[in-house]
Amino acid sequence: MTQACTAAGPNHEHSGHLEHYDPVANRIGMWLFLTTELLLFAVLFIIYAVYFHDYRPGFELAAQELNRTLGTLNTVILLTSSLTVAMAITAMQKGARRLCAGLLGVTIAMAALFLVIKSFEWQAKFDHGIYPGSDHMVDLSKGENLFFGLYYLSTGLHAIHIIIGMVFLSIVLWRVQSGRITAERFSLLENGGLYWHLVDLVWIYLFPLYYLIA
Amino acid sequence: MTTTTTALTSDAPNFFEAKSGWRSWVVTTDHKRIGLMYLYGTVGFFLIAMALAVLMRLELLFPGVQLFGGNGYNRILTLHGVVMTFLFIIPGIPAVFGNFFLPIQIGAQDLIFPRLNLLSFYLYAAGGLLAVLSIAFGGGPDTGWTFYVPYATGTDANVLLPIIAAFILGWSSILTGLNFVTTVHRMRAPGMDWFRMPLFVWGLYATSWVQIIVTPVVGITLMLVLMERFLGIPIFDPSKGGDPILYQHLFWIYSHPAVYIMVLPAMGVVSEIIPTFSRRTIFGYKFIAYSSVAIASIGSLVWAHHMFTSGMADTARVVFSFLTFIVALPSGVKVFNWLATMYKGSIRLDPPMIFALMFIFLFSIGGLTGLIIGSLSTDIHLHDTSFIVAHFHYTMFGSGGVIFMAAVHYWFPKMFGRMYSFKLAYTSAGLFFVGFTLTYMPLFIAGYFGMPRRYADYLPEYQGFHQASTVGSWVMATSILLMVFNMCRAARKGPKAPDNPWEGRPLEWQVSTPPPTLNFDQIPTVTSGPYDYAE
Repeated sequence: MTQACTAAGPNHEHSGHLEHYDPVANRIGMWLFLTTELLLFAVLFIIYAVYFHDYRPGFELAAQELNRTLGTLNTVILLTSSLTVAMAITAMQKGARRLCAGLLGVTIAMAALFLVIKSFEWQAKFDHGIYPGSDHMVDLSKGENLFFGLYYLSTGLHAIHIIIGMVFLSIVLWRVQSGRITAERFSLLENGGLYWHLVDLVWIYLFPLYYLIA
Repeated sequence: MTTTTTALTSDAPNFFEAKSGWRSWVVTTDHKRIGLMYLYGTVGFFLIAMALAVLMRLELLFPGVQLFGGNGYNRILTLHGVVMTFLFIIPGIPAVFGNFFLPIQIGAQDLIFPRLNLLSFYLYAAGGLLAVLSIAFGGGPDTGWTFYVPYATGTDANVLLPIIAAFILGWSSILTGLNFVTTVHRMRAPGMDWFRMPLFVWGLYATSWVQIIVTPVVGITLMLVLMERFLGIPIFDPSKGGDPILYQHLFWIYSHPAVYIMVLPAMGVVSEIIPTFSRRTIFGYKFIAYSSVAIASIGSLVWAHHMFTSGMADTARVVFSFLTFIVALPSGVKVFNWLATMYKGSIRLDPPMIFALMFIFLFSIGGLTGLIIGSLSTDIHLHDTSFIVAHFHYTMFGSGGVIFMAAVHYWFPKMFGRMYSFKLAYTSAGLFFVGFTLTYMPLFIAGYFGMPRRYADYLPEYQGFHQASTVGSWVMATSILLMVFNMCRAARKGPKAPDNPWEGRPLEWQVSTPPPTLNFDQIPTVTSGPYDYAE
């Protein structure tokens, strides 16, 4: 007896190839992907933890160089952008397409603002000779060198994720405006929002670890 | 069980004939075509890496350095390792047979994200290309496949291309895993509940989780090596305060679970083959299913047993050694279940079964020698000797590799609709076993007597072991070429295979041979388990 079955299941209409819409599957797929993204950052957090343990004085000294005001400002911007993207999803669920598009636009604009502020911060560090291999860095302790190395890596990787998020949300915005994302079919919008929350979440951990330990 | 079974065969054209022209292959989203493209890719890379291995063994035929010089030898062994692990044995069974049979076995028409599946394939192809190109630029890496720092950040050889290749291949692996997990959750046919899934699907499911969870760790770690090397950012370099042991931890957090990525799907294939050729229901279905999950979870917590001599707290070493012993339990459960399945069965020794039995034998040797080096005191003696090389090849090649061959012989008639020559299959299997034993068994003994691994030269007292091993490598290479020849000939002009040549039970044996593009005309409703051989 072969694995017993009847052919009385749901009859899929399939003139072309199978391409059915399953929002639950899209959500599972996205959460799995976000897991991998979190683990990517987790490695940087592990390295941070080990070196923080080994070189605590150097880390605390180096953290004083970071601009807390700009860091706080960026935190506020990112948290607010997470709010606007959540509102965009709710707007779409209620069928308010133009409001949704507007909120997505605001989110993308805030992401850009975040990057501008971040680039000012990096520029200021470079002007002070704080970059790998500079003459100034050679004089600093090992702890400070490791701190700034990790600072550039973590915020750099995070900035790359901001850029990916902006591209993602721009595609979503384009599809909202062309009517391909609707109140009945908005998986892509929802996943864009999930991705943006991840970018936000990572920053919430980066901010205290680098700006607030001094 | 007397439920009437509806025929699931279809009159639709099979997936080869459904569309033609090269374009229908390069942009296909059909899981079967993608599986076949992976098959050609993995076998191609396997043959390249095998050729490199034969060259290594040739260098070791006599003491002294004759052919490539020490550096050349390092490059060959690195490339052999990179290609075999990242391009053959890690993607191997899931990407080829998982792609082809997972949807059919759970009664689905495709994976849940068909286009993502195609993307995974192209990432695989790109990564493979970069890895092979690294020979042309800068003569290839010489760090060993582990890319240990500070050597990987200091060597003159080209580590950029192989590291980027490994990173890209990692994403291919992650996306395949993501696709499989979501597919198993969302695409099972009505009535196909979790404990009616074939055990191959369980193996793939557990593997996919490991792929998703550990691969990002090695991806970012390898990127950090590049950052340190090219931008001078201090991370692992001890002269700048970094900790190279930390690199080893992060590397093995992925690369140890990776051996379960290699072996779990293989165990799934064995759990398909044994009941089919013993005409008996699998013994302890749930134990096998849960042991896959147990191996996947505990196996993710034993990585530091690769580093017993690297410098670690004694407490940590004892814990990791203990966990290593624990992993042996679910693996043992599986072996005993397979043996119990065969007990009083009506065993048919067709070629797939021969390979499955060979696997049980080789895997037992590989697994038990693993316990020897999982013990702290014996590992101090055996670490970095050719004992490790032998153990590694018994577990990886003797299980992952042999089961890849078993899977080819088992599913070939379904995939290509043609049958291969049994005579050639038996001959190549026998030759392979002789060659395998002759190649790796002497390395156990030489290693026990102190022969270090990764050396291009050796003292005269090891000559006998090395020469036996080199002759073995020739026998093994011959047997593999014979196997490839057998399959290529059968694919072109073998006799037509019936829909169910082995009288297997799971769903893939009930669809037409080769399956039509959508597998089933109508999604079936499943009403029994997969291994009902009672009648």
